[in-house]
Amino acid sequence: MSAPYVRPLDLKRGRVDLSHGSGGRAMAQLIEELFARELANPYLAQGDDGARLTAPAGRLVMATDAHVVSPLFFPGGDIGSLAVHGTINDVAVMGADPLYLAASFILEEGFALSELARIVASMAAASREASVPVVAGDTKVVERGKGDGVFIATTCVGVLRPGVDCSGANARPGDAVLLSGAIGTHGMAIMSVREHLSFDAPIVSDTAALHRLVAALLTAVPDVHVMRDATRGGVATTLNEIAHQSGVGIRLREEAIAVPPAVEAACELLGLDPLYVANEGKLVIICPPASAQAALTALHSHPLGRDATLIGQVEADVRASVQMQTRLGGRRMVDWLSGEQLPRIC
Amino acid sequence: MKYIDEFRDGDLARGLAAAIRAGTEATREYRFMEFCGGHTHAISRYGIIDLLPESVRLIHGPGCPVCVLPIGRIDQAVRLAVERGVILATYGDTLRVPASHLLSLLRAKALGADVRMVYSTTDALCVARTHPDREVVFLAIGFETTTPPTAAAVLKARDEGLGNFSILCDHVLTPAAMHAILAAPDGVALDGFVGPAHVSTVIGSAPYETFADVYGKPVVIAGFEPLDVMRAIHMLILQVNAGRAAVENEFTRAVTREGNRKAQALMAQVFELRDDFEWRGLGTIPHSALRLRAEFCDFDAELRFDVRYQPVPDNKACACGEILRGIKRPQDCRIFGTACTPENPIGSCMVSSEGACAAHYTYGRFREAAA
Amino acid sequence: MCLALPALVVDASDPERAIVDLGGVRKQVSMALLDGVRAGDYVIIHVGFALQRLDVAEAERTLALFAELGAAALAATP
Repeated sequence: MSAPYVRPLDLKRGRVDLSHGSGGRAMAQLIEELFARELANPYLAQGDDGARLTAPAGRLVMATDAHVVSPLFFPGGDIGSLAVHGTINDVAVMGADPLYLAASFILEEGFALSELARIVASMAAASREASVPVVAGDTKVVERGKGDGVFIATTCVGVLRPGVDCSGANARPGDAVLLSGAIGTHGMAIMSVREHLSFDAPIVSDTAALHRLVAALLTAVPDVHVMRDATRGGVATTLNEIAHQSGVGIRLREEAIAVPPAVEAACELLGLDPLYVANEGKLVIICPPASAQAALTALHSHPLGRDATLIGQVEADVRASVQMQTRLGGRRMVDWLSGEQLPRIC
Repeated sequence: MKYIDEFRDGDLARGLAAAIRAGTEATREYRFMEFCGGHTHAISRYGIIDLLPESVRLIHGPGCPVCVLPIGRIDQAVRLAVERGVILATYGDTLRVPASHLLSLLRAKALGADVRMVYSTTDALCVARTHPDREVVFLAIGFETTTPPTAAAVLKARDEGLGNFSILCDHVLTPAAMHAILAAPDGVALDGFVGPAHVSTVIGSAPYETFADVYGKPVVIAGFEPLDVMRAIHMLILQVNAGRAAVENEFTRAVTREGNRKAQALMAQVFELRDDFEWRGLGTIPHSALRLRAEFCDFDAELRFDVRYQPVPDNKACACGEILRGIKRPQDCRIFGTACTPENPIGSCMVSSEGACAAHYTYGRFREAAA
Repeated sequence: MCLALPALVVDASDPERAIVDLGGVRKQVSMALLDGVRAGDYVIIHVGFALQRLDVAEAERTLALFAELGAAALAATP
């Protein structure tokens, strides 16, 4: 059932204006002709304020994320795909299967509908690929100058796999620390656009939904202690968070942490440390030492985990410090990030 | 990365560590000051201390240009940004240096001042061209590595008739600081210097010959990479054992005796010596810093905007001065790691990633825990 | 401040600005401080400028020396 519109949305040349957020006909048309059409699923088609969902058996997991990345489009993705992947991953690393997404859009007056259409199409593709529908949404419009094109907030609900207990507080001395692949590509893909670097082979963001990789891992190794996706602040920040939460130390080997050559070079040029550069498709995994090999095998069996490595181990440490043996054989701390290394990175 | 990765090779490092161990004499200690922010950073970031025998001690000298900048110089930049509404263009490291009134350039930016980080003076000129209606001031800091790029920018601005571009000139000179260290009566005992890497590509190895001659201290110019630093330490140990005091060059692939003549000529064309200049921690040193020559006075922001330097004493608890002179280590400072951290830096040694305190805090503070 | 790095000059057709390549990343840097730079040269870049040429023969000699010193010292270690 659709309200009559005088003419269809001009997705090529049209721009967002304040009426698109007012709750009136213009907004209804935007939702119907753009959001609902692209994100196409029975829940959105209902057109209600909320989605009626069947509660799955088991414990629910919910996570939420806001996305303010600038630029909106970057090699390997855009704010739309990022918004889908990021929140799915937050649920997945809890040891839960993601089921539903909700998305809120804050649009700036004057934002090009053609760009919005690209973003929504990208979200829809990511959602379909992950088999996690966007069942509810909201749109608001703010005056020109009060937003930056578009901000997107997403919430994901999932159900915890039985027998799984993954938490940042669960790392124990002796545990193995694994990393699902090479680091730094998302942050440097963004920086390469911002700083006008060009490449022989462009750095492409690793943004990806990791729930199937996680499922493969948990099937093989149900007693994983910690999983986290290493987003803002990079692997270093994620490890410090875990060390702090669990009250343990973490010891790494630099040689085991893979950094793609182009990322390494771009980091050198911009004075950045790859350990602190954001990723959007990488997992840090901490598991009992006896399960490390099985975990690696499971990760390697999945395309997103092909390059997984064992990067270190957990030790008792009252200071909860993260230290690394450098490729030279000396030691350094891998401290919390101070200040903002890369603003608006995800 | 060619000519970078090879100089970070773990196997070669182990070999050099063995050579250093073999070179040290059992009965003596070796104290070397490194004088280059890049070396401070490399030593900490790669954990080079772990590869050296205990008898070799590395002391961080005033090689971090941000760290030697007195508070009053940052205040000048903040004043221009906040009170005069200029676009203040600066290299990243100066953004968080604490200045007066609880401000920093970053805090000023949060309050609405137009402070912009640039990677290059070229970018600063670009900003000036893009905003012809605004005044653009570049905060020109650094030793002789960054001075030629500033000179080139000023010349370009003059040639283009860029009337809205000027610089706050805070360029300082490496040899002057080395003299100050060596001549200080309460100075730390030193056996030699690890000479700065990229400053030396510009000024050459010749300017260091006086230190060897006058003070009897060997100087070995070292490249940037960890293997370079290790080999330079090895060369210093051998000189000290032999009782020699000469200038040697480890960084032969980039440093010659004369240096980069063109860069030196550009510096001489645009800049002249200030009579004296206050350095954080080292006091006022004559002929240690540069200002624009009179013919370039239009590009001198101090004159253009009439912002005079006002000295501001350091926080009483801050030991940056002694740390910069190598008399204290970061961990000897009362407020290191407590009141003064990278998140809340009290002194400039904690702000720049090349500063001794920041480097130790970020990469090495676990060592006290183990000791 | 970004550290200084050696990079390969890949395009020196503009005497004022060259394109350099570092590990597959290409960037434009100013040649205002160096004369006669050609494609194929290695230069040290810092804050967007080429500061000095890198002598690749010396670089290789230096690495060879490191290897020699290391081998000798390790061989002598009991």
